[in-house]
Amino acid sequence: MALFTLRRLVIFVVSLWAASVIVFALLSVLPGDPASVILGTQATPESLASLRAELGLDRSVVAQYLEWSGDLLRGDLGTSYINRLSIGGQIVDRLSVTIPLAVMGIALAVLVAVPAGVLAAARHRKTADTVISTLSQLGLAVPAFWAGLVFVTFLAVRWRIFPAGGFPGWSDDFLGSLKALVLPAVSLALVQGAILSRYVRSAVLEVMNEDFIRTARAKGLTRTEALWRHGLRNAAIPVVTILGLQLAALLAGTVVIESVFVLPGLGNLLLQAISRRDLLLVQGAAFVIAAIILLVNLVIDLSYPLIDPRVRRR
Amino acid sequence: MTGPLQDVGRSSGGRQRWRRANLVVGLVLVGIVVVTAVVSFFWTPFDPEQVTVADRFFGVGEAGHWLGTDQLGRDIVSQLMVGSRNTLFVGVLAVGIAIVVGIPLGGLAAVRRGWVEELVMRLSDLMFAFPAVLLAILLVGALGPSTRSAMIAIGLAYVPIVARVTRGAALPVLERDFALAARSYGRGRAFIFVRHVLPNIASVLIVQATVLFALAILAEAALSFLGIGTQPPTPSWGRSLNDAQTFISVAPTLALWPGLAIALSVLGFNLLGDGLRDALDPRLEIGRT
Repeated sequence: MALFTLRRLVIFVVSLWAASVIVFALLSVLPGDPASVILGTQATPESLASLRAELGLDRSVVAQYLEWSGDLLRGDLGTSYINRLSIGGQIVDRLSVTIPLAVMGIALAVLVAVPAGVLAAARHRKTADTVISTLSQLGLAVPAFWAGLVFVTFLAVRWRIFPAGGFPGWSDDFLGSLKALVLPAVSLALVQGAILSRYVRSAVLEVMNEDFIRTARAKGLTRTEALWRHGLRNAAIPVVTILGLQLAALLAGTVVIESVFVLPGLGNLLLQAISRRDLLLVQGAAFVIAAIILLVNLVIDLSYPLIDPRVRRR
Repeated sequence: MTGPLQDVGRSSGGRQRWRRANLVVGLVLVGIVVVTAVVSFFWTPFDPEQVTVADRFFGVGEAGHWLGTDQLGRDIVSQLMVGSRNTLFVGVLAVGIAIVVGIPLGGLAAVRRGWVEELVMRLSDLMFAFPAVLLAILLVGALGPSTRSAMIAIGLAYVPIVARVTRGAALPVLERDFALAARSYGRGRAFIFVRHVLPNIASVLIVQATVLFALAILAEAALSFLGIGTQPPTPSWGRSLNDAQTFISVAPTLALWPGLAIALSVLGFNLLGDGLRDALDPRLEIGRT
């Protein structure tokens, strides 16, 4: 158990380091000069040279990486060279929108998809199964941002039940802020819920074929009792694994959804940074997103022994 | 061999029809997209890039425009038709990148085992932390926004999926007698993988490629919607939705058509993937209850 945790922690730290290399390399090693990208058509050889010196681009790539990653280890993501604000501060600010949005999205998806998937498996090949499977197939095909646009058209513009976009801020208007996140979270949950319900259904179907369920049935439990008492917990491991992968998709989804609902989240910051050519900010925000995904997968891996005691003995 | 023997393992007629329905509906939807894209090279009802501001926001059927016109008076049907080319182009190249990089990586992991396998698997775990949208934003930062950046990003993001599926499918095949026999008379690992393993896992890979195609359509639409994928004036379904968002209070139906086009194409590829899985892989049928 201790060895399992230790091994997983080491992989996590190495992955964080590798993620920092990937983020840095994509923006630094690829052909293309950030200085000329920033200055665009107004670039002169002199202005290019002075900007390169200011950004440290005149030094070797390795020296640049060592400085950036050294600061990163101290928790310092640097200062934006466009708006001169602390990059870490801006990211933390934006996470106060993105994390609640992602959590609401995944919570809604789980709330709908787990019962739906279990129901579809329990009523295998009956009407309920067909209806749920068809709905999830449709949900898989709908782009989350299009669902968002349709919600805005009807629930915000036409019937004015929810705000069409914008975010009042948690401290100014808590309920208003919560309300502003409802439609974006529903749009995200729609697609993720559709995916999740399919995995829940097949995980439960698989478990229901296991010997221990047959034994439970032989002891006199009904199919439903056997499912509740023995099936669900055993179906949990593959479902929890998928949840981890879904969180990555969900975080990527927030980038798009924040754009539909004009929410000041991390994705919105990333897009602004790209359009302003604020590459240091892009680098920092991209690393933070990757780090969050790695962290969630670490937590999920470490939760296996809690869900399934058999993992503890490995 | 007639009589009861043939019935062994055969599922009920209703179920088979249901599965065949997946395949047929999938094929029809994908076929419509492909035919539309091909036809758009020769014919569209109007010039898709023809801007006629006086004709803007025409409704369905108005002045010969089947689905109306957009904010610049461009014919929506023509735009959608030409947009399907972009969708297929990005899908083919993105899935192509994922396959060309992912299959050798997964094959290497399966054939070599040991630290090579560990390395490939840990790398693919790591790449899961970089969803397509994030990779695309990074590539756009380095290369500027373009269809090319979007395609490379989507392709790279799917490499770990293809690598994992290839490895997972290849491992049991490598244990089969014919692979062991080839090994015993001295065939190289690369030869065995290409000659004996690949044909046996082709069906799994075809199904996976179909599903990835659906995901690539969604990813391209999202990137173009964000303005970091296909650039104007090339028509793209995702960017049409971005334009539609600006005019959502004036012309709410504008957002309907490109969204439907995306959803139906994705549905088509997903159903095709499901249908192919049932048709190509009888083992899955036995495992399923």
